Amino acid sequence: MTAVTTSTDTAAVSIRGLRKQFGERAVIDGLDLDVAPGEFVALLGRSGCGKSTLLRILAGLDSEIDGLVTVPGRRAVAFQAPRLMPWKRVWQNVVLGLAGRPDRALAQRYLDEVGLSAKTTVWPKTLSGGEAQRVSLARALVREPELLLLDEPFGALDALTRVKAQQLVADLWARHECAVLLVTHDVEEALLLADRVLVMDGGVIAHEVPVALPRPRQIDHPTLVRLRTELLGRLGIVEPSRSARPGDAA
Amino acid sequence: MTTTQDAVLPSRSAAHAPPPGRVTIEPVRPSHRWSPPRPVRRAAGPIGTLLLWWLLSAVGVLSPEVLASPATVFGKALSMIADGELPTAIAVSGQRVVLGFLIGGVVGTALALVAGLLRLGEDLVDSTVGMFRTLPWVGLIPLFIIWFGINEEPKIALIALGVTFPIYFNIYAGIRGVDAQLVEAGRVLGLRRWGLIRHVVLPGALPGALVGLRYALGTAWLALVWAEQVNASQGIGYLMNNAQQFFQTDVIVVCLVTYAVLGLLCDLAVRVLSRYALSWRASFEGA
Repeated sequence: MTAVTTSTDTAAVSIRGLRKQFGERAVIDGLDLDVAPGEFVALLGRSGCGKSTLLRILAGLDSEIDGLVTVPGRRAVAFQAPRLMPWKRVWQNVVLGLAGRPDRALAQRYLDEVGLSAKTTVWPKTLSGGEAQRVSLARALVREPELLLLDEPFGALDALTRVKAQQLVADLWARHECAVLLVTHDVEEALLLADRVLVMDGGVIAHEVPVALPRPRQIDHPTLVRLRTELLGRLGIVEPSRSARPGDAA
Repeated sequence: MTTTQDAVLPSRSAAHAPPPGRVTIEPVRPSHRWSPPRPVRRAAGPIGTLLLWWLLSAVGVLSPEVLASPATVFGKALSMIADGELPTAIAVSGQRVVLGFLIGGVVGTALALVAGLLRLGEDLVDSTVGMFRTLPWVGLIPLFIIWFGINEEPKIALIALGVTFPIYFNIYAGIRGVDAQLVEAGRVLGLRRWGLIRHVVLPGALPGALVGLRYALGTAWLALVWAEQVNASQGIGYLMNNAQQFFQTDVIVVCLVTYAVLGLLCDLAVRVLSRYALSWRASFEGA
């Protein structure tokens, strides 16, 4: 029983009993997951827990699996590294792989959207890390995906650039209304962006937290702080509690 | 040992003696001594050699039978150009190089594409090419004469053979050196087999291919020199062989310089081409 089918059913992503083995070791072992159309889901987990493997399976990059996986036909991926073709101008990178002749006006529209109007014709080597990652986002969005897969796309960015990139993703998601699966190791990022935060452990979705807060969200919102502590606990990190500090007791 | 030396240091140092364990960094003014510009310094070696050659010829240490003087060589070159002898020879030799290069280039590229793009092709082609690579191609001249006669064919075949291997190995290595992450990204973007080859693999192999091209052009001229030792009745090699019979060292040197200049021009052309074709590259360009 092995299948990755594409459909436009009610759920954007539907996974039943997914199992993925590398040699003897099962990285994903009986995983079930549904993602609704337009839902923003963040996937957390310790390094090596299989979250990136799951994303690769959904992207169609790995189909040596057992189980039933249903995904939309129109999918797009933004990787941790921008993976732009260095020999293609920025706009050619954006429309690479689209059917028909490369359409510069189309590329321009999506580059405008990520704030890179002025970089249309430059070589990727001249871009900063944040700019390259925005081109990678434009390249994903130009495909008008029903499912956008983001594999730690802000992992390699500096803290300030990352905050801007996160806001950009939030805006783009609100505008394009696609389902998003964001794989990340940043708990705050997950809570700021997602409708639902999943924790992957032992090859399954071990924990699930709905985040029913209005957007834009503040990082110091009490609910968010509580959820953060809960999620960090699930990831095996215990934060020093405030009351335990010397001086607070008095 | 050291302590005795410290004791006899000049008094200036003693007056400004730093505390133990510290060193004073002595200020040094940048020297404003005149030094010749870099191109002049770089040209000094070759020009010096030329002057030495001229001097040795002038005082008679180098007799014209051993090596003609630079002045004689230059004059001979001018007269050979004027009477059309050298241009004709260059045209004939150039034609051999172009033909041999084209044949070798096509064969090398085709083999590299088969071996680079297909795993089956790699299994069939790569070890075979590796085997032929180890043959000393200059040593094949006698066999080529038996196969192709003594006209143009063995000369062109030798050049083609010399060109095939650098083209093959560099394009093959270029294809296999393409970043697998970019190929994967191409797949995710919806590129099929030919799209991947055209938009990802071949552009990625281009830097290697250009190295191969540069190397192959060098080999082509080298192969020409060997090939033209074989019963040539026209071409630069023929002029050289002829000159050898009559101890005309000036003609021999003119021919050698011609080979060198033609090789340099080819190299320059590939470098200009590389600069243009690889302008997307963000690599180290020398400090």
